[in-house]
Parts: sequence; C-alpha cells; structure tokens
Amino acid sequence: MKIIPSDKELLEGLAKDNRQAVETIYKLHYQMIQSLIINNNGSIDEARDIFQEAMIVLYEKSRSPQFELNCQLKTYIYSVSRRLWLKRLQQMQRFGPEIGKIEETVPVEEEVENHETKNQEFVMMEKAMQSLGEPCKSLLEAYYLQKKNMVEIAGNFGYTNADNAKNQKYKCLMRLKKLFFAEYKNNQG
Amino acid sequence: MEEMQLLEAVERYLRGEMSAEEKAYFDQLRRSNPEVDQLFVEQSIFFQQLNQFSDWKNYKSTLNEVHQQLLAEGAIKESAPKAKVIDLWRKYKRVVAVAAVIAGITTFIVAGSVSYYSNKANRLQVEMLRREFKRDINATKNDLLNKVNDGKATKAPQNKAPKNGGTGFIIDGKGIIVTNAHVISNANTILVLNNKGDEFRANVIFEDQKSDIAILKIKDNDFKAFNAIPYSIKKAGAELGEQLFTIGYPRNEIVYNEGYMSAKTGFNGDTMSCQIGVPANPGNSGGPVFNKSGEIIGIINTRLTEAEGVVFAITSKNIYRALETLKEKDTAAKNIKVPVSSSIKKMDRMQQIKKLEDYVFMIKTY
Repeated sequence: MKIIPSDKELLEGLAKDNRQAVETIYKLHYQMIQSLIINNNGSIDEARDIFQEAMIVLYEKSRSPQFELNCQLKTYIYSVSRRLWLKRLQQMQRFGPEIGKIEETVPVEEEVENHETKNQEFVMMEKAMQSLGEPCKSLLEAYYLQKKNMVEIAGNFGYTNADNAKNQKYKCLMRLKKLFFAEYKNNQG
Repeated sequence: MEEMQLLEAVERYLRGEMSAEEKAYFDQLRRSNPEVDQLFVEQSIFFQQLNQFSDWKNYKSTLNEVHQQLLAEGAIKESAPKAKVIDLWRKYKRVVAVAAVIAGITTFIVAGSVSYYSNKANRLQVEMLRREFKRDINATKNDLLNKVNDGKATKAPQNKAPKNGGTGFIIDGKGIIVTNAHVISNANTILVLNNKGDEFRANVIFEDQKSDIAILKIKDNDFKAFNAIPYSIKKAGAELGEQLFTIGYPRNEIVYNEGYMSAKTGFNGDTMSCQIGVPANPGNSGGPVFNKSGEIIGIINTRLTEAEGVVFAITSKNIYRALETLKEKDTAAKNIKVPVSSSIKKMDRMQQIKKLEDYVFMIKTY
C-alpha cells in the first residue's frame, strides 16, 4: 500500500529542505500545471519554469511561520501557477483568451506580487555574482551555497591557511555588496 | 579593514555564533555608535539577501534535479504536440509577418475584385426576373401583327425585336415609373405599356445597378397624367407573416399573385431586400409588392435558382433613397411627389386590383 503524505506533512518537509517532499509534490502536481500552460499558449519549457516558480512561492510560504494553508495544496499550486502565467502572458503581450478555470482557484495575488519582488532581488544578486569574476565568485559560492567550511575551501583554492581564505572571502563579500547595492539603486531609480 | 571585521562580526551575530558576553558588547557598540548601527542594518539586509539567494539557488537546483530524475523514471511526462507549433512560430515569426502582409494585400485585391464582379456571381445563384423576349420572338411578332390589326400603331423601333421586359409602377402621376435597373440595362429604347396595351415612350432618369433601382419618366404626348395614385409607398418594412400580393407582367397580360412576408433579409443576408413567399416569374421584375392595405413594401427583383418559391424583393425604402440621390443631381426631379397614403385600405382585394392595375406598367426594352 502506498502512503500519500498529507499536505501539511509535505509543507513541513519543504520547509526543512526535504528532497522527498519536493519529489512527491512534483509527482502529484506537475502534470496538471503542464497541461494548464500548454493548453494556454505555452511551451514545455515555460510549463517547467512556471511550475518551479510556483514551487518557490510554496517554499517561501512553508518557511514563513505565519503561513497556513487553508485550501488544498493542489488548488494553491494551481492558483499560483495560473496567476504567474497570466502575468507572463501579459508581459510577453502574447494575447490569449481568458485562461479557463478548469480547477477551482483561491486568491493569490499578494503572494505572487511578493514573490516577484523577491525574484527581482534574486536576479540582482545573480547579476552581481556574475560580474564579480573569479576567484571571488567560486569562493563565495563554495562558502555560502555549498556551505563548505573555511579549511576545506582553503585547501580547494590553494590558500596556505584558512585565515587567508577568510580574508579573501571578506574582500570578495565587500565587493559583492557594492555591486549588489549598485544594481539595487539602478533598479529603484 | 575595519569594515571587514565588522562584516565578520555581523555574520557571526546573525548566525548566533557569538557568546552572550560578546553579543552584549556588540549591542552596546551599536547603541553608542550610530555609524556602526547603520552598517549593521545594511549588512544584515545584505546577508538576508545572500542567504535567500543561496537557499533559492540550492532549491532551484533541487527542483531541476527532481525534474530530470522523475522524467527519467517516467513519473512525469513532457508531452505536448502544441509546443512544436509555438517553437515554429517563434522561429518563423518574421516570415509569417511578411506572408501575412502579402496575404493581406492579396485579400484586398481579391475582395475588391469579388465585390466588383459579385453582381455577376450572384446572378448564378439568383435569377433576375426580367423577361427575355428572344425566346418567344414569334409570339411577339404575332403580338405586333395583332396590334396592327387592332388599328393601333406600335411605337417600337422598326425591324427590332424587344430585348427584355419587366414590370414598373407609377410613383408620381406625371409619369414617373419605378422598375429594376436590370430590366432596362443596355436599352436603346424603352416602351411602357399599360394593361390596355397602350404604349408610351419613356426615358431613364435614374439608374443604380447596385441597389437595382431605375426611375423612368414617360415622355409621350399620348400620355395623360394621373390625378391621384391609389396606393402609397411604405417607408418601414413589412412584418414576418404579413399578407402580401403582387401584380406584374410575366406574360403579356397583367397577373395577380399573393403570399406572405418570409424573411426580413434577402439573398446572403442582404438587408436592402427581403424574402417573400409570392410566386414570381420572369417578367415580374420591377413589379410592386403590396401589403393588404395597398401600401407598396417592395419591388420584386430576383429568385433563387436552386430552390422553389424563394423570391426576393428590394425593400421600398430604397425607392426613397434613390429619389433623394436623384433630387440631389437633377433639379427637375425636385417636384416628384411620392404618394404617402393609400386610398384603398379598406377595400376588398378585387376592388383594390381594379384601382391599382392602371398604375402598373409592362416595360419593354429594345
């Protein structure tokens, strides 16, 4: 017998970066979103993008302490994806007819707005990272993304000791910060 | 250098790596030094961004891995024939745009020529109800002989057989007759005959092939102007199911028919005309369609060739429209007065016809 975890369990798993939870949600709901996007003027790649973006919204939600899911997970994902896709269509000016509501939806406008702001910040950070250049980029990624410790990093990058690596890391961090805030101001202005 | 140390301190503070003592000292520093505090806030925002960035980045790569894995396992399927079309669309957007422009131009040309020739095209499906005398040329000869024998001299051009024929009706006592434009097209001479067989010469004073209306004026010394016309010409259309009757000249004799209003539009939804359920034959073209009060509601002009009993009539308000156009161009036409009230309203049909028949003419063209 197959045990399907409840929506609540899945969300908890998501908040804890549990890969199993991601897989389960993916298995249960990806196909629905794919047909939504494809039936409304989108491609497979776009379907994948939208679903993953909806997953990020869900991820952020699951991590925020005050979040409470007051509808089915399926409905929530569908609503967010639909909203995201509507916005995307508008931006691309690919006018389609009103996206038919096959499934029931819940209002998610606010979440999607918030997500978009965050996404912008994410893009800004990515840009700053890209323009940082090597070895700074790899160094910071190793520390902040791959969560390696300084000793390990020093060994990998060929620094004589961890303190030197640390120094270098902070220099890089300061440059990243400048780049990020420059980008930030650019976007605000 | 100082900033670097601060950076490290903030990082440790946020991660909770500081000892209580250290933390208290740091808090103290923030309170006493606004610059440090400002830097702290800035740093913490930045670290939050950085943390979110790394979380998302990791999460996104997980998502992609999961996607690939599930795809490989066959747990999800990427299948959509439609995506191909969209790819094609993206690829050939420009080509399609150019093609569309060319197609647009072609459409205009084709549409233009179609509308230009459409009258001819329509005539394949609908039949104009004029008489073509070529077919019964012998009969006409007999007719002529009869007339000569009767002592009446024909006014027809010598040695010429009539080409087409139809029906027309008086709209102004001074000898103004309305008929179909297709009845009198390409005519050199036009004769109008009343029900007693008296012939009068007439000229075309208005002709519009599009609305298929022609207005003739009798120019003949033998013609005596009518005092009052018994029927009127209705501006509004008839209602569905309304009783209608027609009189016209499908033969050399006046013929009566009756029926009803079938549809408010004509062939292919043409709003200039209507469909009537009254039998009509070649020669009825240009004939008036009356309602039971003796008001003219239309002019018979065509019938469907592939269906029985589908006859179309131009609605009577087109007569007013034609007159307006005529009056703009021709000052002599200004005094044409159309009868607006019917004096045969309450009469029975036989009496109505007796009153009407003098005002309906056969039209022959040479």
